[in-house]
Amino acid sequence: MKDKQTDYYVKDVQVPETPAPKKAPKAWGKTEIVGKPIPRIDAYERASGTAVYPSDLTLPHMLYGAILRCPHPSAVVKSIETADAEKMTGVRAIISGASSEAQLNWPYSPDVRTRLFDPRCRFEGEAIAAVAAETPYQAWDAVRAIRVEYEILPFVADERDALKPGAASVQDGGNTAKKDMYARGNVDKGFAEADAVIEETYRTACELHTTMELHGCVAGWDGDALTIWESTQGVYSVQSRVAEVLGLPLSKVRVIGHYVGGAFGSKLQPGKYTIIATLLAKKTGRPVKMFLSREETFLAVGNRPPAVMKLKAGVKKDGTLTALSFSATGSGGAYPAGGTSLLDWLIRDLYTCPNVRTETTDVYINAGPARPFRAPGHPQCSWALEQMLDALAEKINMDPVELRLRNIPVFSQAREGKPPYTSTGLRECLEKGAEAFGWKEIRKKIRETGTDGNVRRGVGVAAALWFAGGGGPPSTIILKLFSDGSVNLNMGASDIGTGTKTVMALVVAEELGVKPDLIQIEYADTGTTQYATPSGGSKTVPTESPAVRDAAINVKRQLLSMAAEDLKTDVSDLTFRDGEIVSVRDPSKKVRITGISTLRKRGVVVGVGYRGPNPAGKVVNPFAAQFCEVEVNRRTGEVRIVRFLGAHDSGRVMDRLTFDCQVFGGITMGIGLAMMETRVLDKKQTGKMVNKNWHDYKIPTSMDVPADMVSAPVELPDPAANTVGAKGLGEPVTIPTAPAVANAICNATGLRITDTPMSPSRLIRRLAERKEG
Amino acid sequence: MKKKQKDGECKCGLSRRSFLKTVGVGAVAAAASSHLPAKAGSDEVATHEEMTKITLNINGRRHRLLVEPRWSLLFVLRERLGFTGTKVGCERGECGSCTVLIDNLPRYACMTLAIEAEGTKVVTVEGLMNGEDLGPVQQAFLEHDAMQCGYCTPGQVMAVEGLLRANPDPSPEEIQRGLSGNLCRCGTYPNIFRAAKRAAGLRHKAR
Repeated sequence: MKDKQTDYYVKDVQVPETPAPKKAPKAWGKTEIVGKPIPRIDAYERASGTAVYPSDLTLPHMLYGAILRCPHPSAVVKSIETADAEKMTGVRAIISGASSEAQLNWPYSPDVRTRLFDPRCRFEGEAIAAVAAETPYQAWDAVRAIRVEYEILPFVADERDALKPGAASVQDGGNTAKKDMYARGNVDKGFAEADAVIEETYRTACELHTTMELHGCVAGWDGDALTIWESTQGVYSVQSRVAEVLGLPLSKVRVIGHYVGGAFGSKLQPGKYTIIATLLAKKTGRPVKMFLSREETFLAVGNRPPAVMKLKAGVKKDGTLTALSFSATGSGGAYPAGGTSLLDWLIRDLYTCPNVRTETTDVYINAGPARPFRAPGHPQCSWALEQMLDALAEKINMDPVELRLRNIPVFSQAREGKPPYTSTGLRECLEKGAEAFGWKEIRKKIRETGTDGNVRRGVGVAAALWFAGGGGPPSTIILKLFSDGSVNLNMGASDIGTGTKTVMALVVAEELGVKPDLIQIEYADTGTTQYATPSGGSKTVPTESPAVRDAAINVKRQLLSMAAEDLKTDVSDLTFRDGEIVSVRDPSKKVRITGISTLRKRGVVVGVGYRGPNPAGKVVNPFAAQFCEVEVNRRTGEVRIVRFLGAHDSGRVMDRLTFDCQVFGGITMGIGLAMMETRVLDKKQTGKMVNKNWHDYKIPTSMDVPADMVSAPVELPDPAANTVGAKGLGEPVTIPTAPAVANAICNATGLRITDTPMSPSRLIRRLAERKEG
Repeated sequence: MKKKQKDGECKCGLSRRSFLKTVGVGAVAAAASSHLPAKAGSDEVATHEEMTKITLNINGRRHRLLVEPRWSLLFVLRERLGFTGTKVGCERGECGSCTVLIDNLPRYACMTLAIEAEGTKVVTVEGLMNGEDLGPVQQAFLEHDAMQCGYCTPGQVMAVEGLLRANPDPSPEEIQRGLSGNLCRCGTYPNIFRAAKRAAGLRHKAR
């Protein structure tokens, strides 16, 4: 696989290069501050309510925008009548496909472009017209008063129907969006060598991101200069896309995205709504706040594509995997949107297996285009592969942990040249996780309890790796050390809630001995901060921390040469110690940093840091294993998740508090995939989504997760990966969760549930079928 | 919608019963339709856009302002008065991002009309601060990292504050249940539980 595909978070974005750092410093050994449980440095703003999210912004003279969306999954707009709406109280502008200012193209992909308001609507929720008014109530009144005549067309709403004969064509040229194949070894030979072969079909339902903060922005013009406050993971990717669509120089588009209320991949790029806000602002000469309604976000701002996965696997009695054959269909919706992106990666690369064949087909359906969703493809593939491993273990009568341990990879089998991993913590994740969980003891206890009673306990395990997570260039950091020793850190990256700002402050604190609360951070603003790729792919910590460290070292170097003048000695004789610069030869010669005369004169030292390249010929991946215990009520089909443990190898733990919080969050989201989340399209009659709200589309609440969640990091600092030794964490934490639950339910009931969500109704049906059978 | 006032006592001049009768339960949606509320103090029918004078008590301060009868308390707090700590998540009573205290009870500001809130005591997350210092519940959230993106955090904080005002020593189960009306998509629930427990302790100390 080419590396280009690795960087889904910069898909279709031109990424500039940054110079390499002068000299790579030695990797950290033991750290003083990094790795401690330190509260996030912006917790005050988030807990007090003073953090200003884009949706909180109110500008003088600001209007509110609202978008009219197509109510049909497939239709052509025949006519739009806006005259009545334009006369309504408070309405200041209406734009539609007929407006001269809206004659723009929208790039759904580099190859597939539509008009901004295209008369051909291929999914429910496609934008048709938009209003700006004095209040959001008035804007919505006007949206409802716009009369649209549609020609309703046939649709297809299920990926399993898309390639059937007679299925409605979503795009000209049929419903196959993309087909990928991969093979190594000879699977037929592999299956012939196996002592046990199992074949099974799995399905994961389509999931929605449903971030807490709605998608949207505030946009305003000063003459020909545009400023956008966008709820986003990456201000630079918003800037480049908006500049491209509007035909503006980059310097005329300033994007600010300080706080973002959840993203999970759905805010890597701007949306049509961003462009629409800028057009309404231009037309009215007033700033426009354009935030979508909750219902709109269920339709038009991305999803985790549904996947149907057929997996055949062979294993020897000793646990050696001999062959994996995988064929899957997914759908990125109505436009090219990565419906099968990375869907087979775990099959190819998680376990040692000489004979592998995969085939994935991305099909078009009349539904909203997908956007990357936390570890694209991986939770789906994990759902199939990790349940399969469990079934194989049972068949050869081996402990499921043991079976996984027998197949630990030492190099990446699916990448060209079979490069080694910088570190592979999979074995440690499984072994230490099992130990901390009490895996053997609880399995034994459950076996001995027998099969009586309606409430049965079960335990399950699943493992994972994440395809990316090593980070890499570009990144540029500017660090300013003031004469009183406090610091300003300037970076372009967003903190999407993972604790980026906090981790970077800890890196500075570690290098310069400055207290974290004396570090001011300026970030995520194309007008004032340096270029950064969007915060996605679990790559922000491993990308930005080494650049921050490089900037801090740069500052240190300058301080040393300034101090050398004061102390009348050579730079090579000086070292940092507790906020002082001390002579090695004569420790009585020393100066406090704040006492350095040049620093006092200049008032500030500016250091620039760059992210160096990743090690050549090696792969940086995080690894994981999760364990869970469940209680299944065999009368009601209800499952109570009793406890969960996540053992994660993400290299060095940068902040124990935010690390653990990330693990809990990933597990919680995985419980959503396992137990409740599913987009329901009325595939027979209307093709419309029937659960576009949080009442009907359930996500985990406080009642659905166990209070007993444990994060047991497998801390293996990875000096070969980068100069801080950290790997990504945000995505691996959610990959193995759902199959771990499924395996636990199987352990409790003997039932293999192959489809998500494992709702009580699905479970009770399966239990009843078994009774009858 | 819990019944907070006896019929006929609504300070805005509308009888609550007649108001509900004409507007229906989905007040925000219905007010935009042809069922119009009676104008304050008369039999005349007010349109949904007719500005009405109200006084709101927010964080102990009185705010007099003109509102459309259909405006939610959430809209007025955020877009008219600048209390943006109260977040907007769904505007349909599902997520709890807009949780405020109304007479000490956690309520969804998106499901409360601004005119309904007249005569009550509204507390937002800003009202829990001691000047520039965090209140005990907020401090507990900080210490236990009970947040990621932070967008649901003010609502979670208000839910915990409301819980502790009613029940100063909640059990773990009561905490879980007390927070069940507030979604956190980042999934920080285990830390929120810990923060709630810690907050109970901090509040005792503060007394």
